[in-house]
Amino acid sequence: MMLAQLQRAWHIMVKDMRTYYLKPPLISWGMLFPVVMILAFYMRDPSDIRSVAPGLIGMTVLFGATSMEAVVIAFEKRIGAMERLLLAPVSPAALVIGKGASGALFGTATGCLVWIMSSLFWDLPLAAGGVVLTVLLGSVTFSLLGVLISLLVREVFDAMALSNFFRFPMVFLCGVFAPLAAMPPPLRVVASVLPLTYTVDALRHLLLNGAGTRFSLVFDLGVSALFGAVLYVAALRLMYNRLEDLI
Amino acid sequence: MPEEDSLLAIRTQNLTRNYDGLCAVDHLNLAVNRGELFGFLGPNGAGKTTTIRLLAGLIRPTDGRAFVDGLEVSHKLLQVKARIGVVPERSNLYNELNLRDNLIFVAKLYGLSRGQREARADELLGEFGLAGRAGSPFASLSRGLKRRLTIAAALVHRPSILFLDEPTAGLDVPSARNLRAVIRTLHASGVTIFLTTHLIAEAERLCGRVGIIVKGKLIALDTPAALCAQGQGQRAINLVTSLPTDTLLSALKQSAEITRLSRAGDTLCLSVRSVDSAVRDVVGITQQLGITIEALRTVNPSLEDAFVQLTGLDVEALQTGKMLDNAGRKP
Repeated sequence: MMLAQLQRAWHIMVKDMRTYYLKPPLISWGMLFPVVMILAFYMRDPSDIRSVAPGLIGMTVLFGATSMEAVVIAFEKRIGAMERLLLAPVSPAALVIGKGASGALFGTATGCLVWIMSSLFWDLPLAAGGVVLTVLLGSVTFSLLGVLISLLVREVFDAMALSNFFRFPMVFLCGVFAPLAAMPPPLRVVASVLPLTYTVDALRHLLLNGAGTRFSLVFDLGVSALFGAVLYVAALRLMYNRLEDLI
Repeated sequence: MPEEDSLLAIRTQNLTRNYDGLCAVDHLNLAVNRGELFGFLGPNGAGKTTTIRLLAGLIRPTDGRAFVDGLEVSHKLLQVKARIGVVPERSNLYNELNLRDNLIFVAKLYGLSRGQREARADELLGEFGLAGRAGSPFASLSRGLKRRLTIAAALVHRPSILFLDEPTAGLDVPSARNLRAVIRTLHASGVTIFLTTHLIAEAERLCGRVGIIVKGKLIALDTPAALCAQGQGQRAINLVTSLPTDTLLSALKQSAEITRLSRAGDTLCLSVRSVDSAVRDVVGITQQLGITIEALRTVNPSLEDAFVQLTGLDVEALQTGKMLDNAGRKP
């Protein structure tokens, strides 16, 4: 039964990848966004690009995983396609996993793309297996955040607005552009409850030999996994409680 | 499974669903036999779609129980979903996918193996006359063809029970006729069909039994013939006159023998208490007004007449969704 549900989650993920993610506009956006960000920072200060690379990777993962995920369910609610999924023998858990997996995969792909580009051009460690794990954990967390947002709202525009409400503060508060140590203490407290903080902190460990980090690598990865688990449970509960709103 | 349930495709026990204080389905007790083509007739907003959603496990009941294929929906939800097919009022496949891929995706959700789903998709495309469009995007289809593919998608896993919510709504006449033929063929193949409609003629033509639902309550349940027989007290006369003036209409409305009057082109349709007395009244009124009767014939009561008598609603309510009684008041 469990395996059958996981297979259905897989099929939902593949369908979403094909229907929404593997489209020229999204692929080009997914590639263009990090390239533009890297170029912007490189042009500002070529010597500083290495120090912001972990933040750029983290930000790319955040936007890659949530950009579509936060609106997919709201969009499918609107066109009635969620009803199609709910009519089939697919459990709420399989739905959350299937929906979240496509965003997580896209986030991982775009995050790894920036990491590989940074490694090739700016001599960051390429053979860091932990980077893939960190990017994957971050992508899963942010994608589930997207699922949660999408379940909370009725309209696509509301989903976009709500996802930006979470995303933009994270970009400024989670050590993307400057290490957490350089931030005022109250903002550091806020940053400690935001998942991007731990993704970026872990990437600083792995790519910059720990320069500018605040927590240990194990702690970063553990908290990232915990955020993922909490968001999964929250999304599952919300999915179960709001099934009727999805049709 | 109780023995009685093994003979039934659908059974409900006091099934009730409230929405913010409004009772959409009110203590519904219903039994649909296996292999039956059952029609659920009622005006818009009567509770037909809510009933299908309750039976398909899309929404939870406020009270009562629903059994589908012998399984209680709230307890065995995934098993119930695996055994039923549902065609919602709105065609809801994926615009971006082509016809074949849409069917294959739905087959994946029902756990068919790769070989099974590809063979089944091709089989259904052939059966529904869509093989030539297999590679076309769903978005490119006409409404009638979209409806066909949506029905095909509901049959991908060979369900024993098929729910059709207003299957011909919004279709042109040829598409609706084609779809009715498809429904008959499915029924002949042994599939139990639960069909909702607000079209009396559709229920009369297709269904073995019809339940009439108004404001969430099941007010009648029988074969169309038996329901028509219940309307025997309300006979009808069709009248064509040389001059169907407003004066004539007003005068006819004054007759105690005429319970309802409507106009279809040149023909006046009169629902009457007693044919003989009503004919006497009509002849008297027309003579008084100097109007010549060109044709006058009695009509056997139809399901429409039975509907009017049983519900007290104007038939127009079925089309418009506004539930008014014969006097134009909200009941």
